[in-house]
Amino acid sequence: MTAPPAGGARPARAAAAPRVRRREWLHILASAARTPRGMAGAVLALIVVLLAVIGPFVTPRPPLAFATIPGAGPSSGFPLGSDILGRDVLSRVLDGGWQLLLMAAAAMLIGVGLGAAAGIAAAQLRGWRDGLIMRTVDVVLAFPQLVFALLLVSILGPARWLLVLAVGFSHVPQVARVIRAAALDVSERDFVKAVEITGVRQSRLMVGEILPNLLTPLMVEAGLRLTYSIVIMTGLSFIGFGLQPPAPNWGYMINENRIILTTNPWAVVAPAILIAVLTVGLNTFTDAIARVALGIERGEKLIAEAEAAGAGTVTEIPA
Amino acid sequence: MTADAAPSARAPGERAASGRSHPIAWLIWTRLALGVVTLFVVSILIFAATQLLPGNAATAVLGHNASASAVRTMELRLGLNKPAVTQYWDWLSGVLQGRLGTSLANGQSVWSLVGPRLLNSLVLVVLAGVIGAVVGVGLGMFAAIRRDKPSDHALSVGTLAVTSLPEFVIAIFLVIIFSTVLWHVLPGVSPLESTSGALKPWQDPRELVLPVAALVIVIVPYIFRMMRAATIEALESDYVEMARLAGLSPVRVLLRHALPNAVAPTIQVIGLNFLYLAGGIVLVEFVFDYPGVGQGLVNAVSDRDIPQIQFIVLVLATFYVAMNILTDVVTLLATPRRRVAR
Repeated sequence: MTAPPAGGARPARAAAAPRVRRREWLHILASAARTPRGMAGAVLALIVVLLAVIGPFVTPRPPLAFATIPGAGPSSGFPLGSDILGRDVLSRVLDGGWQLLLMAAAAMLIGVGLGAAAGIAAAQLRGWRDGLIMRTVDVVLAFPQLVFALLLVSILGPARWLLVLAVGFSHVPQVARVIRAAALDVSERDFVKAVEITGVRQSRLMVGEILPNLLTPLMVEAGLRLTYSIVIMTGLSFIGFGLQPPAPNWGYMINENRIILTTNPWAVVAPAILIAVLTVGLNTFTDAIARVALGIERGEKLIAEAEAAGAGTVTEIPA
Repeated sequence: MTADAAPSARAPGERAASGRSHPIAWLIWTRLALGVVTLFVVSILIFAATQLLPGNAATAVLGHNASASAVRTMELRLGLNKPAVTQYWDWLSGVLQGRLGTSLANGQSVWSLVGPRLLNSLVLVVLAGVIGAVVGVGLGMFAAIRRDKPSDHALSVGTLAVTSLPEFVIAIFLVIIFSTVLWHVLPGVSPLESTSGALKPWQDPRELVLPVAALVIVIVPYIFRMMRAATIEALESDYVEMARLAGLSPVRVLLRHALPNAVAPTIQVIGLNFLYLAGGIVLVEFVFDYPGVGQGLVNAVSDRDIPQIQFIVLVLATFYVAMNILTDVVTLLATPRRRVAR
């Protein structure tokens, strides 16, 4: 998986000195994968990822070519039947995932990167800069995430990199909230205060002292935002504002083949199942990461807080 | 609430030292003021994003192949020749006075297009929100009481699996199961007249079943998980332990000692699920062809109908901010110990 290593790699690199810490994220990933929950999640997600990655090289037919009668059910030549334009559903399913996955991963990196930067800065700088960052976050949070992404895409146009940016930006407020809350704890600790007294620059303090201690929330955020990136990316594609046809993608396939649901349900069911298995797998694995790193109780709480990060300004979930 | 809050609202500001008389009213007023400011900035953001972007709204509406004169006409129609601040002010004052302008797609007034949709969506949101809250809170408490027993594990794993499913995937599976491939028991597409508003959703409740079910399935896991955690925390606290040791019956311990302390998280959870629904309706309405604001937004975006986009997004954001304030205020009122925070 691209997600958890990407989220965890930065703290590992930033923490140049302590050797123990260097592979901590790997250790967490490995222990998470050994729990029943984590293993189930990892296996589900990996199946879909492998299918999406290897798929484009093993398509039985060209995914864009007209092949047989439109909307035909499964037959020996076409295991999943044909779609609304008479193209081979199996080939389109195999070819329709890799772009979504790549773009979702990129959007997650943007969202977690910018969100973590904003959250850490707000927590460490305090004062008016904290206020400015968090009030900005409040404003963006007034838009439901999908609506925000839809608004951006509708203005910017459906170019792929703009889509990635739009989805990435839509994650920033939530990530910033969660990371700020975690960073506030860290910045209160004695070792941070001790380093602060030596007069190092704030930016060094943030990257060198605070960031490495946010490993768990960052990994959980990476997993959650990757899941939500896929949800939003496929959702936008589903309503026609994400990845553009004729190239296959699982989101739009569900939409365009809804009309032939009665003659060949597989054209809808196959991509829908793949999206479902992928998101369920990722989410379950993320859950396992939180439980392994923090224990079941605190892990559950971190996940609940991250999911609720879009709401509530006065109160947090009671500690 | 408003009546007795009003006179005390200025007290803390003027007599800060002795002004602890009504901190709760002060908190509520600050929260309201913050909400209004947020909405003001939100409106600027919406306007800037849709109308003032460098790409030029007129070309966005007409497409890049439009003739120069057509673009010129559209610019005049959208008021793009005026200074940005004037444009924004015209728009905002219009919205505040109920003048929403006319749709660029068909020339009808924006209100006549969006108004009926608002009601339809509200029906959907309220039904799903209430049902989801009852089911989620009930299941959450049930699982917390039966902690670590098989039923708790089954519920936890089940909700974990559903949590991350995209709402349109859930909706599609419902359509496949209940209205097309497996059975044909429920209508999968709502044939309500969308623009005329002639038919109201409650005139054929069968059409509401699947959209509401899809939304409920999406929100229940969140409510369940937060509710379970909150109840467990309340059950594990010292005073509940104390009550138990004092020999009170388990039912009494739960109802009188544990649950009152789970009220605040419950309110937050319910508020949260309404917040979620503000965005969740978009895809669900699209799947079921349900004539609400969500479907209206998707249509408006495909038509590049800027006045409609601006208004619908503003409505959704206002709902979001208002629900957020309401949740905070009710939480404050329900939990005395939080009144001194902040």
